[in-house]
Amino acid sequence: MNSTSSVNSAVRVTDLHKNFGSLEVLKGVSLDAHDGDVISIIGASGSGKSTFLRCINLLELPSAGNIEIAGEAVKFAAPRNGEMHPADKKQIQRLRTNLGMVFQSFNLWGHMTVLQNVMEAPVHVLGENKAQAKEKCEAMLQRVGLYEKRDQYPAFLSGGQQQRAAIARALALEPQAMLFDEPTSALDPELVGEVLKVIQGIAEEGRTMILVTHEMAFAREVSSNVIFLHQGLVEEEGTPDKVFNQTTSDRCKAFVKSVH
Amino acid sequence: MDWSWLPEYSDKLISGFWLTIQLLVICSFLGFLLAVPVGLVQVTGPKYLSVIARGFCTVVRGTPLLIQLWLIYYGVGELFPGIEGIRESFLWPVLRAAFPYAVLAFTLSIAGYVGEVMRGAFAGVPKGELEAARAMGMSPFKVLWRIWLPRAVQNVFPTLAGEVVLTLKATPLAATITIYELFGRSTEVRQDTFLVYEPLLLVAGIYVLLTGIIVVIFGWLENRIPKPSVA
Repeated sequence: MNSTSSVNSAVRVTDLHKNFGSLEVLKGVSLDAHDGDVISIIGASGSGKSTFLRCINLLELPSAGNIEIAGEAVKFAAPRNGEMHPADKKQIQRLRTNLGMVFQSFNLWGHMTVLQNVMEAPVHVLGENKAQAKEKCEAMLQRVGLYEKRDQYPAFLSGGQQQRAAIARALALEPQAMLFDEPTSALDPELVGEVLKVIQGIAEEGRTMILVTHEMAFAREVSSNVIFLHQGLVEEEGTPDKVFNQTTSDRCKAFVKSVH
Repeated sequence: MDWSWLPEYSDKLISGFWLTIQLLVICSFLGFLLAVPVGLVQVTGPKYLSVIARGFCTVVRGTPLLIQLWLIYYGVGELFPGIEGIRESFLWPVLRAAFPYAVLAFTLSIAGYVGEVMRGAFAGVPKGELEAARAMGMSPFKVLWRIWLPRAVQNVFPTLAGEVVLTLKATPLAATITIYELFGRSTEVRQDTFLVYEPLLLVAGIYVLLTGIIVVIFGWLENRIPKPSVA
């Protein structure tokens, strides 16, 4: 990864393992995202890339490994039933606000308008002043091109609009890093572009991002680093050029070729 | 038809009317409140609580409300006077009256029915929306209060209106334990005047009117909350 030691580490994961019963999904995956890095994780279905992303903010409990968010190590209790449970739930809740998560299926809250969705975390988690949060969130919606839709309910938006709203919602936390879990996989093909454009805009302004994606052309364009996962292990990693053009791994070559 | 008795009994009927309203509002409120944990523990709670809640719903829904009411009033209510010194206690005015027993019986009944509705409602909220809430750093309580509960209620709002209407029409049972609510008052009129139909017709009309009002109120509330997702 980025080897400049003066740059802070936003997310550092070391030797992460995850088992579902007897199935070992992650067999020791590490990642170090410094401020400003855009890291894409690619790989075939079942390679463990979404699981890995979901372990970072503990939506999935890892079986072993270390996680550091914004320089702070997650405290784990002794493992139970093959899962590491957080030792301090308050710490997790606090650290999660440093990570803005965007899901494949948007997951906007259906009983709130777009603006309410975006304002929810700033006001009710971070405790920001409502009027100020409103101003900030409206600007956020302006940026993703949804200001006009701010009083609509999610059910009345297209998939692309919902996902852009979800991105604004995650950005409203002003997180240290954004986590994208296949953000365009649930979209109709003609809606993918508008969402990628928004993500690219965020990447260009220097926000740290970890992105699980099937959009290879996009990954190549926006990433500072690419990780290719294969059966729960890092098979190849490096600059987009290295992973897409100069890899020595046959599996990586075959995968890159198959999705192009 | 003979309506000449109406002026004479209007005060009594009005007081019965208000008693019915009180019973309905208090029990609906407490019942809905109790229904939330009853539904929730069946979806997310520890096994033993889930079993207790399920058993509660089964018993409440599986037995006639009249029997529940009588068991609570004549059963539980009869136990108290046997307790030494209870007649001197500050609780005695409450324990002696019939109204609290009716409130207890109706509340438990609503909690049983609505608890079952809420179980489905909680289970029906998309897991991803709860996950998004947790990912934003919400505590479990905040997830419940801000996302899970309102989202669940939104999905079953029309059903809740129905439960209130059904409760309204169950309130005449309270007359069987000496509570002079609307129906009880009409019975009083019938016994005094030997009229069979007129008092019954009058209160039937009032129940229809009340049902209409409940429907209107819930309809108004329903329009103020967003429709569950159509996507």
